[in-house]
Amino acid sequence: MSEAGSSGPGADHFALLGLPRAFDVDLHALDEAYRAVQAQVHPDRFADKSDAERRVAMQWATSANEAYRVLKKPLPRAKYLIESAGVGLGEQDNTAMPTDFLIQQMEWREHVAEARAHRDDKGLRRIEHAIRGAEVELWPLLAERITAADWSHAADVWRRLRFLEKLHDDIEDVRSALID
Amino acid sequence: MALLQISEPGQSTAPHQHRRAIGIDLGTTHSLVATVRNSIATVLPDEHGRNLLPSVVRYGTDGVRAVGAEAQSQQAEDPRNTLVSVKRFMGRGLSDVVQTHQGDLPYDFVDGPGMVQIRTAAGVKSPVEVSAEILRVLRLRAEASLGGDITGAVITVPAYFDDAQRQATKDAAQLAGLNVLRLLNEPTAAAIAYGLDNAAEGVYAVYDLGGGTFDISILRLSKGVFEVLATGGDSALGGDDFDRRIACWALENAQLTPLGARDLRAMQVEAREVKEALSSRDRARFHVRLVNGDAVDLTLDTETLEALSANLVAKTLKPCRQALRDAGVDIADIRGVVLVGGSTRMPMVRRAVAEFFGQTPLTNLDPDQVVALGAARQAHLLAGNRGGDDWLLLDVIPLSLGIETMGSLVEKIVPRNATLPIARAQEFTTFKDGQTAMRIHVLQGERERVDDCRSLAHFELRGIPPLPAGAARIKVTFEVDADGLLAVTASEQSTGVTAQVAVKPSYGLSDDDIARMLRDSFDHARDDLDARALAEAQVDADRLLDAVRAALAADAEALLNVDERAVIGSRIDALVTARTGNDRSAIRQATDALSTATDDFAARRMDASIRNALAGRTIASL
Repeated sequence: MSEAGSSGPGADHFALLGLPRAFDVDLHALDEAYRAVQAQVHPDRFADKSDAERRVAMQWATSANEAYRVLKKPLPRAKYLIESAGVGLGEQDNTAMPTDFLIQQMEWREHVAEARAHRDDKGLRRIEHAIRGAEVELWPLLAERITAADWSHAADVWRRLRFLEKLHDDIEDVRSALID
Repeated sequence: MALLQISEPGQSTAPHQHRRAIGIDLGTTHSLVATVRNSIATVLPDEHGRNLLPSVVRYGTDGVRAVGAEAQSQQAEDPRNTLVSVKRFMGRGLSDVVQTHQGDLPYDFVDGPGMVQIRTAAGVKSPVEVSAEILRVLRLRAEASLGGDITGAVITVPAYFDDAQRQATKDAAQLAGLNVLRLLNEPTAAAIAYGLDNAAEGVYAVYDLGGGTFDISILRLSKGVFEVLATGGDSALGGDDFDRRIACWALENAQLTPLGARDLRAMQVEAREVKEALSSRDRARFHVRLVNGDAVDLTLDTETLEALSANLVAKTLKPCRQALRDAGVDIADIRGVVLVGGSTRMPMVRRAVAEFFGQTPLTNLDPDQVVALGAARQAHLLAGNRGGDDWLLLDVIPLSLGIETMGSLVEKIVPRNATLPIARAQEFTTFKDGQTAMRIHVLQGERERVDDCRSLAHFELRGIPPLPAGAARIKVTFEVDADGLLAVTASEQSTGVTAQVAVKPSYGLSDDDIARMLRDSFDHARDDLDARALAEAQVDADRLLDAVRAALAADAEALLNVDERAVIGSRIDALVTARTGNDRSAIRQATDALSTATDDFAARRMDASIRNALAGRTIASL
């Protein structure tokens, strides 16, 4: 999914929300900033203005929504920082991934499929636990590489975390399917 | 545009005057209208003191229309021409309706363009027209009660309504002579009413089981901001389904052969009464006398009812789980569960909700009224009546939007539950060498295949330079505004060739039809209308002149060049001249011309003022 569509006012997400440009974000401050900006720019605040004026307000509100969406969660936030630095993440191709990481991925996917077939919620929880273990090591590394402006390594770590997130999503899908 | 101006006379009220705005809950089984008076939201009753207007319209052979309780009382004797639960057909095709209802409805359906229609004694009617009849009665009720024209209305829709259903609702409102300030999601309206009255803070769930639709919304209420985190539901599940289960049970137990339309309707009416009775009792008598003189006499107890409809209640829990997941909150985070819709009076529903959320749902509000009351408060705000307790509403789009790609698959561009307004873009390419046109098919829904999603619009991008397959870069941008309405743009990146479409399905009502129906719906004499239209044109002209002169005095130097100032100056002169005469259309034209000439200026001033406000905030927060 491309990140386009934010060409309107305030193309810099951090600047629009008045937050320091960094990977570590104070989520409480982010929530507050987002609501404060929307309170200033949302078209409903200008209900009695002309269409032309409300269109401008809508563009600002759209930018604020996009900024909040990107900065709220660490993966899109990291992606934004890495891509802003001119480094592509090449989400489609995974040729850059180390073999042992890919083998581990395949193993986990097989376990998820087995747990699904056997309706084994405990099995799912075991895999989740293992994934968390892997993530716990990767997050500090991602923060460190971004802070050091070491973009190509940051991109590498980001891709691994993205893999793990997809796996989490798959597990949630299986869990929903088991309940319904 | 001219039509709209006739239909929104209230716009000419002086800027500082209180503007009469109403909230309408257009329900499957009944509808209500409410307004804010002296800072308090109240439902407006009819002249008999009744708050609820049954959403029933009867078209008689003699051309007589009956709406509400009168029509409802005739439904058993004239089921074919007495239209109930028409909300279920809004924005729906014949195949949808037949699939969902499998011939248990006594209507003569006709396949219309984009939407099913119904043949009645008074001709073929679209669900939009039928809904407009209901809205019109509510508009007249409000005008009588408030003593004058209505500036605008907020109409509620199920959160899970798709774009076609929303457009149909908006068209019905226009047909009823209402200026729509906003289509508001029903659970959001309920949250506004509940949140404002209880000064609620935190994450809340709104469980809304109405006559024909089910919605679940998760909201965060914080310091005057109502932020919808996720919404979900089933736009074809509601109290009607419980009635149908009871009617089927009765058919089986009384060992009846298939019934005619009158008997079927009588069975369903009795089923609803029995269902309602069982909310406060353990057993109820099911008694219907058939056309042939036979009597159906049965007794239903709550245990049997619950067995009959357990899977209907269970069906509501899947969207609840999905909404929680989409919102990224755990059940433990939910501070309170607000119940909305008459069907939440059923003890089995309350029990299921309490069990799922692990807490007793909040019932200190009337589930029938809360949606209309919330809509009235939002209407009051959007009409420009700003008071001390302003709030901001951030709602989401309920269903994903995308376009058709190779293999009849849907590529999602805007994901469900994205906060509005939103703009998202995606790049696509050509699949044939030398391809110069691309057909773009816009769809809404969560499924992967085109056939399983709702088709919203088709349009074409032409003039793509002939390139090898895969070389052209076509960017498709979706923009959804705060009303939830979609506009789609496609442009080829190397040449800048652009095509766009404001997505608006057609329901076979031509502009002429709408004009005629609008005229029919007005109770004023032609001359009256003309005189009023002239007065309105004059007031609008004066207001625009005042606003432009004030804006020029403040910002002309900073924001306009000499040429721009000259153009605006000449248009001002033209409007001043037209204003002295009595030619309404000349005044309108000159007003529109000045308005167009100042659009850019107004936009620049707005942008500058927002930048100022944001800069002030940043300094304040440092």
